[in-house]
Amino acid sequence: MSGILVIAEQRRGELRPATLEMVSAAQTVRRTPDERVAVAILADEPDRFIPEVSVAGVDEIVTVPLAVKDFDPEALEAATLALIEARRPALVLVPHSIDSFGYAAALAVKGGYGFATDVFRIAREGDAFLATRGGYGQKVNVELDFPDKDVVLLSVRANVFKPPEGRATPAVSAFAAPAARARVSGRQYIEVSAGDDIDMSGAEFILSIGRGIGEQANVEQFRELAHTIGAALGCSRPIADAGWLPKSRQIGQSGKTASACKLYLAMGISGAIQHLAGMKHVATIVAVNADPSASIFSVATYGVKADIFEFAEALRAQFGS
Amino acid sequence: MKILVAVKQVAALDEDFEIRADGRDVDPDFLVRDLNEWDDYSLEEAMKIKEAATTPVEVVAVCVGPEDADEALRKCLAKGADRAIRVWDESLADADSIAIARVIAAVARREKPQLLLAGAQASDHAFASTGVAVAALLDWAHAAVITLLDYTSGAKSAVLRRELEGGVLHEMQIETPAVLTLQLGINTPRYASLRSIKQAAAKPIEVLTPADLGMSSAEVGAAGSASRVRRMYVPEKGRAHMIEGSVAEQAARIAQLIRERTGGAP
Repeated sequence: MSGILVIAEQRRGELRPATLEMVSAAQTVRRTPDERVAVAILADEPDRFIPEVSVAGVDEIVTVPLAVKDFDPEALEAATLALIEARRPALVLVPHSIDSFGYAAALAVKGGYGFATDVFRIAREGDAFLATRGGYGQKVNVELDFPDKDVVLLSVRANVFKPPEGRATPAVSAFAAPAARARVSGRQYIEVSAGDDIDMSGAEFILSIGRGIGEQANVEQFRELAHTIGAALGCSRPIADAGWLPKSRQIGQSGKTASACKLYLAMGISGAIQHLAGMKHVATIVAVNADPSASIFSVATYGVKADIFEFAEALRAQFGS
Repeated sequence: MKILVAVKQVAALDEDFEIRADGRDVDPDFLVRDLNEWDDYSLEEAMKIKEAATTPVEVVAVCVGPEDADEALRKCLAKGADRAIRVWDESLADADSIAIARVIAAVARREKPQLLLAGAQASDHAFASTGVAVAALLDWAHAAVITLLDYTSGAKSAVLRRELEGGVLHEMQIETPAVLTLQLGINTPRYASLRSIKQAAAKPIEVLTPADLGMSSAEVGAAGSASRVRRMYVPEKGRAHMIEGSVAEQAARIAQLIRERTGGAP
C-alpha cells in the first residue's frame, strides 16, 4: 500500500482546525493522481465530523469509532497502529499539538516508524520523505530523513499550511479498532479563568512583556506604558507562570491567541515557539530586545535592539508622559 | 518507592556560530550547555513527592550524554536527588530522541521506579517525544504536558492536569507506574544552596554504557533512531527590519508607527 494518511484531531465534539491544515500539507508531497489522501477520524462518534472533513484534496475518509469519549493516549495508539498496519501508508500526518505530544512518539515506537515532530516543511526525494523542523531554539533549520523506514509519521506545525477552500465528496469507510487497556480516565475540563476581565484575543493593539523585565516590581511600569500608548498588556509564559500577570494575559499556544491584534509590541520576549504560535500572524510586530539573536526578530516586522527599560522610558516620553 | 527523573543537558547557540564541516550540526565550540529548563521542574516535582512522603522515597536523576552532562546531574544532586546515572558511549552520538528513549527505558527496567518524570520538551530541539517514547518501550501508562500532579508516594494512581491549547486544562486520573512529562510552571523550582552545591560535587555519578544495560547495537545510535539529520542550516527567511539610531530615535520611530497603526490615538 501507499498513500498519505491524515489523523484528524477532535476535542469535546469539535474538530481541531489543524486537521484541515494537514490535508493541505499532504497535497505538497502527494503524487497525483495515483497517491490517495485519506483522513482518519478517531472519536466516540466519528461520523459527525464527516461533513467538516470533506474538503478538497481528501479522497477518502475512514471513521474509527473509539470506546472512549475523552483523550486517551493508549486508545489512540492502539487504533492508529492497527489502521496504519492495515493500510501501510507511506506517510502519516498528525497535528503538532498537546494531544499528539501525548501519543505520537509512543505510536512511532510501537510501529517502528520514521518519526519527527513540529515539522513545517515536507519534501520528497525519490521515494524518500524529507522533513524540515527548527533546531536550537528555532535558530537553525534541520532537514531530516528516515532511512529504511517504510512508514514515516510526522507531526506538523500549526498555522503553516492553509486549509483547503473547496469541498469534496470523498468515499467513506469504517475501520474497527482494537480496544486498548484503560489506564487513564478523563475527569473534567477546566477553563483557566481570568481573575481579570480582559479578553486578549479581542485586543487590536497589544504590548506584551517577557522574561526581559527581570522582576515583578517592574511589571507596573509596563502596565503604565501600555495604558499611555493605548495597548492591552499581555505577556509570555514565564510572566504568567511566576504569577506576575494573570494567566488570561498569556499569549501563546497554551494561552490566548492574539486573534484581532493588528499591532504587537513585544518587549523583552525572546520568542519561544509556543509564544510565536499565538502572535506571529499579526500584521505588524515590533520586537524590542537587547539580544540581537533573539528568535523574536525572525518573525517581527520591525526590530529594536535596545535595553527595554531605556526604550520604555523613551517611548513614554514620546507620548508626553 | 523510587522516582526516576530523566534530564537533558541542552545546548544553546552563541550569538555567532558556525555549522560543523559535515553540515549536520553546529560546531560544538559554539554551543553553551545547561540543564534543560523543563527538567528543573521535573526534579522539583519529584522532590515535592519525596518530601511529602511518610515512607522513604529515592529520587534518581538519569541523563544520556557525554562527560560534560555531569554538570546537569550535579545540579540535580545539589537540589536533592539521591543518586545520578549518566549513560554514554560513542555509539550514542547520532541518537535521536527515540534512541535516547531506548537508553532511558533500559535504565528504568533496571531501576524499577514507580514514576518516571521528564520535561515536556527540551529547549534546544523541542522534539517533545522522549518521555512518551520511553512509556511505549516500557508499556507504561503516560500523559504529557502536565501542569498539576497530585500523587502520594506509593499510590496506585495519580491525578493530573494536562495543559491544552487556548487556556483549558484537562484533568485525568492515571494508573502507575507511569511516565509523565511536565510543563513549565507546574511548581517553583528551588535554588540549591552553596553548601549543597559543594556536597553535590563530591557525590558519585554512576557512569554506564549501553552495553552495561544489556543493550544491543541495533538499539543505540543511528540504528535505534527514527530519523537522521541530513543537513542543518541557517534559514534565510524573516529578519526584522532593524530600527537604528539612539534609543530616543528608535522610540520616536516606533511612536510614529503606533500612531499610524492605531489611527492617531492617543
